[in-house]
Amino acid sequence: MEKLIARGAEADLILTDWNGLRALVKTRKPKRYRHPELDRQLRRSRTRAEADIIHRAKEAGVPTPLIYQVDPENAVIVMEYIDGVKVRDLVDKLGDEERTTLFHRIGGYAGTLHRAGVIHGDLTTSNIIKSGDRIVFIDFGLSEVSNEVEKRGVDLNLMNRMLTSTHYRHQEQLLEAFKVGYRETNPEAEEALQRMEEVARRGRYIEKN
Amino acid sequence: MIALGVESTADNLGIGVVAGDGRVLANVLDVHVPAEGGIHPREAARHHSECMGGAVRRALDEAGVNAKELDIIAFAQGPGLGPCLRTGATSARALACYLGRPLVGVNHCVAHVEVGRMATGAEDPLTLYVSGGNTIVSGYESGRYRIFGETLDIAVGNCLDTFARAAGLEYPGGPDIERWAARGEKLISLPYTVKGMDLSYSGLLTAVTAELQTGRHRVEDLCFSLQETAYAMLGEITERALAHTGKPELLLTGGVAANKRLGSIVRSIAEEHGAKPYVVPIRLAADNGAMIAWTGILAYNSGIRTPVESSHVNPNWRMDQVEIPWRS
Repeated sequence: MEKLIARGAEADLILTDWNGLRALVKTRKPKRYRHPELDRQLRRSRTRAEADIIHRAKEAGVPTPLIYQVDPENAVIVMEYIDGVKVRDLVDKLGDEERTTLFHRIGGYAGTLHRAGVIHGDLTTSNIIKSGDRIVFIDFGLSEVSNEVEKRGVDLNLMNRMLTSTHYRHQEQLLEAFKVGYRETNPEAEEALQRMEEVARRGRYIEKN
Repeated sequence: MIALGVESTADNLGIGVVAGDGRVLANVLDVHVPAEGGIHPREAARHHSECMGGAVRRALDEAGVNAKELDIIAFAQGPGLGPCLRTGATSARALACYLGRPLVGVNHCVAHVEVGRMATGAEDPLTLYVSGGNTIVSGYESGRYRIFGETLDIAVGNCLDTFARAAGLEYPGGPDIERWAARGEKLISLPYTVKGMDLSYSGLLTAVTAELQTGRHRVEDLCFSLQETAYAMLGEITERALAHTGKPELLLTGGVAANKRLGSIVRSIAEEHGAKPYVVPIRLAADNGAMIAWTGILAYNSGIRTPVESSHVNPNWRMDQVEIPWRS
């Protein structure tokens, strides 16, 4: 049984049977538009980093898929298949209260990640899956290990940009709930949240009040 | 319906005359070339004010239109360099008042998207807008152009221009870098900085300039490596945004759209995702007045007017703050 379940921008995801387990095979495909050397280097380093950091996040207490096998040379990771719904597709279907609770929890996990020195690098609602009661963080392909406030700020800014571009109907509510959760798990939250605003202001053409 | 559009957000002074059906009757361009260094806002503004009268006259002559036949005066209200914007706005106000015609303030970034749609026939594209001052991936969603990705610091064109200057190449940097890159062979490792759907060029610029100063590399290889790295980053965020939005079309617009390598990257990505690629024609790629006039027409037809008393320029006007009633 093999089924292509997603063709992301970066990788193909194939659902398969792996030694009796339902597993996801994530293959970073070569990009024709990239110089072959640059392409190989990016795919290899991202595969390795993703596997390392998924472990690190899990140790910190943030739900992530289990890793079964890693092959950096071929840019392949075999991991646990998470059955659920992307938060991105869920936001508009929830009631007000559920939405707040969800983002409160997401903020909490984001705080835990940062406290553990993990920068997700692509912290958006497409990369968080609600699976039953679990909230699982996926796609650590752009992640890195760092305790720099700057990197935390950029990470948070990504989430806020996602709220502004895609979940604009509930942006304020979601950001507020996210911040509450983030503050609860991260003692250095204020500094990071402040940096998030600074990073946003640094962008092109922001009203500077 | 005939509109006159004034573009003066940076170093280009553009006056365009466009008809209601999208025909570009005139598109006069007068570029300020600094004697040395980059754009000095005050010097560019002085250039614009000195050339304004002549450019308007030339545009009307080329279009074969009498000033009295103009129906609206559109101008780029932002974003851009304050002094340059104010010069264009002042002239647009004067024309509108003198002729007794309505004034329409236009967002410069929205205009790049709209002229791209008009010229290529793209209907609902994800747009990669790249120029000396901007690097933005946007798409229409519920009444606005939402920004999915953008540069966190300098624009790709700014990165290329600044490097070109350091390497003694021509301004603007893009075309000359592309010529030198064609003779490059070796890929020098440079910082590749993508953050989700955003990217950053300041580290790349610093690194490539430092490599140049070591004197260890051929300029051809540096241009090749800079171009490959800078455009691969653009390719990646564009691809992410395309996968994210599922838009059926991909449009490349802005001054850097003239680059052939970037065009081939965009086409390759579009093909990969089953989207239709579009590249804005060269004559409408760089900052120009026709795009302002055309967007002014769209806005005017949706009931938008900019009374003189609220026609102050906004150098920080983001494109995602603009209501787009003509698409809803």
